[in-house]
Amino acid sequence: MEKIGILEGREKQVYEKKGDSAAIDIKCETTSLSGSVSQRACVFCGSRVVLYPVADALHVVHGPIGCAAYTWDIRGAVSSGPELHRLSFSTDLKEMDVIYGGEKKLHQSLTELIAQYQPKAAFIYSTCIIGLIGDDIDAVCKKVSQETGIPVLPVHSEGFKGTKKDGYKAACDSLMKLVGTGSTEGIGKYSINILGEFNLAGEAWIIKKYYEEMGIEVVATMTGDGRVDDIRRSHGASLNIVQCSGSMVKLAKMMEEKYGIPYLRVSYFGIEDMSMALYDVAKHFSDNPAILDAAKKLVNREVSELYPRLQHFRQALEGKKAAIYVGGAFKAFSLIKALNSVGMSVVLAGSQTGNKDDYEGLKEMCEEGTVIVDDSNPVELSKFVLEKEADLLIGGVKERPIAYKLGIGFCDHNHERKIPLAGFVGMYNFILEVYNSVMSPVWQFAPRKGGLS
Amino acid sequence: MKTAKTATQNACKLCNPLGACLAFRGIEKCVPFLHGSQGCATYIRRYLISHFKEPIDIASSNFNEDTAVFGGSHNLKLGLKNVTQQYRPEVIGLATTCLSETIGDDVDMILKEYVNLFENGEPLPNGEPLPVMIHASTPSYQGSHIDGFHAAMKATVAKLAEEGPKKNLLNIFPNMVSPADLRHMKEILKDFNIPFVLLPDYSETLDGGPWAEYHRIPKGGTPVSTIKETGMASGSIEFSSVLNTEKSPAGYLEKTFAVPRYQMPMPIGIKQSDAFFGLLEKLSEKPLPEKYEDERRRLVDAYADGHKYIFEKKAIVYGEEDLVVAMAAFLREIGIVPVLCASGGKSGLLKKRLQELIPDLDEAGIKVRDGVDFVDIEDEAKVLKPDLLIGNSKGYTMSRKHNIPFIRIGFPIHDRFGGQRQLHLGYRGTQELFDRIVNTVIAEKQSSSPIGYTYM
Repeated sequence: MEKIGILEGREKQVYEKKGDSAAIDIKCETTSLSGSVSQRACVFCGSRVVLYPVADALHVVHGPIGCAAYTWDIRGAVSSGPELHRLSFSTDLKEMDVIYGGEKKLHQSLTELIAQYQPKAAFIYSTCIIGLIGDDIDAVCKKVSQETGIPVLPVHSEGFKGTKKDGYKAACDSLMKLVGTGSTEGIGKYSINILGEFNLAGEAWIIKKYYEEMGIEVVATMTGDGRVDDIRRSHGASLNIVQCSGSMVKLAKMMEEKYGIPYLRVSYFGIEDMSMALYDVAKHFSDNPAILDAAKKLVNREVSELYPRLQHFRQALEGKKAAIYVGGAFKAFSLIKALNSVGMSVVLAGSQTGNKDDYEGLKEMCEEGTVIVDDSNPVELSKFVLEKEADLLIGGVKERPIAYKLGIGFCDHNHERKIPLAGFVGMYNFILEVYNSVMSPVWQFAPRKGGLS
Repeated sequence: MKTAKTATQNACKLCNPLGACLAFRGIEKCVPFLHGSQGCATYIRRYLISHFKEPIDIASSNFNEDTAVFGGSHNLKLGLKNVTQQYRPEVIGLATTCLSETIGDDVDMILKEYVNLFENGEPLPNGEPLPVMIHASTPSYQGSHIDGFHAAMKATVAKLAEEGPKKNLLNIFPNMVSPADLRHMKEILKDFNIPFVLLPDYSETLDGGPWAEYHRIPKGGTPVSTIKETGMASGSIEFSSVLNTEKSPAGYLEKTFAVPRYQMPMPIGIKQSDAFFGLLEKLSEKPLPEKYEDERRRLVDAYADGHKYIFEKKAIVYGEEDLVVAMAAFLREIGIVPVLCASGGKSGLLKKRLQELIPDLDEAGIKVRDGVDFVDIEDEAKVLKPDLLIGNSKGYTMSRKHNIPFIRIGFPIHDRFGGQRQLHLGYRGTQELFDRIVNTVIAEKQSSSPIGYTYM
């Protein structure tokens, strides 16, 4: 096989664990190298994904058609009621709009759409071109808000103004404008908001049920089956629980600063982390021991039911090797633990947007020889999975065909999945999916296994 | 019914650069490269991947704030160098986005400067010759994905086609069809024994076999050497009803090298396929190979066997204008009334072309609407109450909501398996479409019947 090198300018974004002594000095949190075919998207993408699950809000993309078309109903964030979030609205700017400015068109579009759909609020996403032509979307939003009486919130998500992470921040800024605008009457002491849980295939419902079983009131599942009115009163909760920390810690921090609500970082993937997510919350409310008792009972029940069901998979999967390439690095921690729990090892752990602490953490968790990579691309990923002889790749849509072409099992762990992978039931689904892919007989025909290419 | 609305709601189109990237994937050893934000390349990759289920690497010059203010020259040059280093392409298909177009980057000049660097002694990436760089202007605020598709192919022939003595060679510009359609085209031309250049040809690059190692550029695609010969061809067949000369690669070749352009609708249905095969007979001076006569005979037979199930059924057909024109003509010849022919595209020619192919268009009460989105189409559907919905996967929500049986064709097909293997063209493609349409009607009849007939 032809040796594939790492591009000049990317060497410091790739690290291979060699013994415990070598300190990790990985370059991260920078823009992608031009021409490197990064798997990342843009600022707009970051904002769009965070706000996407607010189901009773109107989401209008101000710009040419592409940005709206490519994000039309592509995610698995489901709603128990309104489904406005699954539609795609765009001002669909044309050349003349670009020349003369799109403010008028935006105003007209918003007026019509709000009249037609009667949303609880509207999010207006600014795209690359809006940043360039300088439309004052803040002014338009303010005006429409006054005219219609609903919150009309600008989201400053011009694609080129940073990375996806900057889009998360812009989304949090917009959400923060809603927080604190509703009545907190009737919210009890043992209450939380769930942040950064996107209700993919109903995951937020699973998590919410756990907390409710523990006697905890969930005020807002901010970005999973989200509702504008819940977000408006979410400042009445006692605690924020943040899962996807990359996207929502900023909001949690803002709420802590302004309303004195502390926050906890958790993960709902895998037995260990899921249990921890429940115990940590219970411990926070330590003045009510019934909560911890309920948590223990719940975890005990779920684990004793789940554990024996996993043993069959463990037998098959023991010793298999996995490669992980996900958006946020925090998720990779949970995945490593979950895979280890069925006897699998991790040979590659990478993310699009990790920071130094994330990568340091990954290094601590991984075995010698594991490759840790920031902002990778198809050429590198395929090189690593082949060199490390991975049996499984975990990633999203863009990584899937890399695995399949090379005859490697794949598990979708991104926002387009249609199977819940969070919670105890999610752990079962996850391992089942890993098993279904890794153990499939179809790989016998892969060139890597002696089949014809 | 409200028709004049400002916002586009659930677009029945995609943006210009997507079409360009897809078309560039049909050139051998070519890497598509988008000059703009990282997101454009990534969104388009994920969108194409979900239809084709193949790795689709599209490079980006990855604009940041400074680039947007001071211009994309530095990023573009660095990106070209990196792509050359990592992919070793023979061709880089460079398409612009709304961002680089609006800041007014002079891409041709930047490319010239880039080439000059190496002529002035800078070592070549990989020490190999520089790839050919083809530049298509594809701002997303103009037209839609289909315009980007044609713009890329026009830029390709404009860059590569050479003058020379005329050859016994036929150019085929097949439009945005499936890899299966492209393979079928090649088979037909081989059976006629006509030397040809099919452009683009992503039949292998987007529908290939398994790999032992990562193919940075999958094998397949139209070779540069043959694209050069398009200027010496004896003719170009272009499957398009609405593409004007100015935007057309075949039009360019006709104007520049006097290569005759034969423009015709996509060969879907017997009449349009007859026209296509008839033209091949004329150009090759060879009779229709028996294989296709047989296919035609079987198709006529199938039309007879299936006609009653579908006669005067009402269908809404939507998608790219050219596909809509060809599909509508086909539906008409099998007795289905395409009560609405709709497209997100807006060439201004949709109605005219449909009138030419369907003389009783107005009489049959067929509505034609261009520049529409899915909310418009759904509004029409509520009134027209069609028996069938025919178009890409984006119609699924409407089909589910209004309980309209749905036949998926074209692009994108992301909620079904094998969109890339779906055949639409020729007698064989028509046969597949016809069978699917009849079976959809039968299935609907069967599942809605209180008896549940097991025998039709």
